[in-house]
Amino acid sequence: MNCELVRAEGGACMALDRRSFLMCALASGAALGAGEFAAPAAASTLTSGAQAQNDAQFTYEAKFYEKQANRKIKCKLCPRECVVGDKERGYCGVRENRGGIYYTLVHSRVCAAHIDPIEKKPLFHYLPGTTAFSIATAGCNVNCKFCQNWDISQSRPEEIPAQYISPHQAADIARKYDCPTIAYTYSEPVVFAEYLMDTADAAHEAGVRSIVVSNGYMQHDSLEQAYGKMDAVKIDLKAYTESYYAKVVTGQLKPVLDSLVTLRKMGKWTEIVYLVVPTLNDDDEEFRGLAAWIKTNLGLDVPLHFTQFHPEYLLKNLPITPVPTLERAKAIADAEGLHYVYIGNVPGHPAQNTYCPQCRKMLVERVGFTASQMLIRKDSTCPYCKHSIPGIWHA
Amino acid sequence: MTDLRNHSRRNFLTRCLTGAVAMGATSLRATGETQAAAAKSRVVVARDPQLRGSGAAAEAGHVDARRLETLLDHAMQSLFNLPATHENSIAAWRRIAGADDSVSLKVNTLGGRGIATNVDLVAAVCERLQQAGVPARNILVWDRDSEEMERAGFRIVIGGDRVQCFGTDRVGYEDDLSAWGSVGSRLSKILTRSSNVLINMPVLKDHDGAGVTIALKNMYGTIHNPNKYHPNGCDPYVADLNMLPEIRSRMKLVICDATTAMYEGGPGFKPEHSWKSNGLLVAQDAVALDFTGWQMIERKRAEMGLKTLEAEQRPPRYIATAADSEHGLGHCDLARIAVVEIQGGAS
Repeated sequence: MNCELVRAEGGACMALDRRSFLMCALASGAALGAGEFAAPAAASTLTSGAQAQNDAQFTYEAKFYEKQANRKIKCKLCPRECVVGDKERGYCGVRENRGGIYYTLVHSRVCAAHIDPIEKKPLFHYLPGTTAFSIATAGCNVNCKFCQNWDISQSRPEEIPAQYISPHQAADIARKYDCPTIAYTYSEPVVFAEYLMDTADAAHEAGVRSIVVSNGYMQHDSLEQAYGKMDAVKIDLKAYTESYYAKVVTGQLKPVLDSLVTLRKMGKWTEIVYLVVPTLNDDDEEFRGLAAWIKTNLGLDVPLHFTQFHPEYLLKNLPITPVPTLERAKAIADAEGLHYVYIGNVPGHPAQNTYCPQCRKMLVERVGFTASQMLIRKDSTCPYCKHSIPGIWHA
Repeated sequence: MTDLRNHSRRNFLTRCLTGAVAMGATSLRATGETQAAAAKSRVVVARDPQLRGSGAAAEAGHVDARRLETLLDHAMQSLFNLPATHENSIAAWRRIAGADDSVSLKVNTLGGRGIATNVDLVAAVCERLQQAGVPARNILVWDRDSEEMERAGFRIVIGGDRVQCFGTDRVGYEDDLSAWGSVGSRLSKILTRSSNVLINMPVLKDHDGAGVTIALKNMYGTIHNPNKYHPNGCDPYVADLNMLPEIRSRMKLVICDATTAMYEGGPGFKPEHSWKSNGLLVAQDAVALDFTGWQMIERKRAEMGLKTLEAEQRPPRYIATAADSEHGLGHCDLARIAVVEIQGGAS
């Protein structure tokens, strides 16, 4: 489950037909274009409660699994490697064994769709100031106690309203509303890998790029095949300790670190978000260890976002992350030598802007989710000192 | 039974009468009954070797509904230590629910017709509840999914002055989370809005992850996200789930259908690993019942030459967790469980 919020303020839901859905997407895009920051929510849930869901429409054989004896299968999508008996589902709740064949139940089964600024993902070094047609299905392969979108990520597909949006339809919508990218986000795209792959292919044919917002908790092969089709990746690195992953995330740290290294080797533009949860993953040594690991394994130019936690889901007993804690985390990562360390979910904080690591001049100014000023040149250099600024800055 | 089996009120009364006659002629003997101390949890294990008749009928495997009803009466009377009379078969149920109650029966239909809660048993419970004063419309038989229920032999009934029968898919889950320990889930609205008394009616079977699945784990069918709670042999998730106030405060009785049981290969139905146990387990302590059921499965595994669940590294640890000081849901210590074995059947 990634940390990008999908629910509308106040949890409002709308029953939308196809026409209403498109109008909603358009209106949302317009609202976002106005540059307003609606913290913490800035998106609406697509619902189609009035429409019956035809399960067969969304059911495709899964790509990543092995058949075993007695009609069992072993899922090879994520490190969990669920062994699933006939008529059962894996941990994610969206893949089902039917007679020894494993199926995804969420291909084209979109339960949330919206047009978001790309800064909301957040991707700060990838096409700033543009919008992404953002989609999700139900399901997740972990269970973060702080999940903001638990109502879709922790549900089975049949439990939440959804709309059929084929890969080509998704590409068409993105083009129609001038979104240079489709973002797979909100829940956990790992669990809808097949849909993501098919949609990325359709989108590329239509001249639309693909980005993914993910926990990175994947097997090596599925990561290479699925995220190999992505143009940029944002990984939620939930913490830098295995104990946190075990207790708070219900996952493991090491496979996520392995995924980050693999993405680096694949040459994918990658940014990292670290949600700082008071008392659970806000220790100085953890910040230092994280920054040192990034420096050693990924290099100094990988953007790292320390974002503010808000009480949600099963962690309502904890306070909002104090801003000084985020500033301390940034200071530690800066001291390790990382070039692009940001503070997120704190509107107006100067650490939301991008600065040249050489001349220290501000190059991208952000207000909320809007890039209000973008000075980086077409050749991706600083206009003041000509220092190269890593990222994909221009379409 | 009236509504589930599509009987008229007249038929229903006739059945009550014949039931009474049958019971009056019934032999009931306690075999190895343990005197229950006050602090002990009482678990009745009721068996009827003739439940499926004899000869070809037994081979066919069909449970005799009349004998099953009688076995249920005996088990309930024994649970409350009441003499075996027709009046007491009703009196036992009055300790569970009455005219002002709304009662839901959570069955288990995941395994299909081969290993689902027996429809005749459920019908018998519905009949006794009505005799105890619960209006038919206030009785609801349910599981997670209506289609699964139909596949297991239940007929979906919605509306009218009849026993209701449908899955959570018809009404959905609460929007808000209920949380305890490691569990945070949305509960079925059937549980939260349509019942103040829950009768848990699981089956007795092996589970490849959890070790066994009986009463405590049957509550996985009350939440929207059971798939999240299977790691680590479902421990402590099963125990934590049963701590939810909405479940704990409602569950008054467990009737485990062990007419057919599975000692290996669960939770899906594997006929080659099932046996006709011809019994029921009845208790008010779900932990004690699960512990007792687990021992029955272990005995069958030993008989079939299989390793223990411990040796297979899948003992149902969640049972002990449910009994620990943090949870206190019941007893899993033999010294604190009074297992009452009875054999009952129409003579």
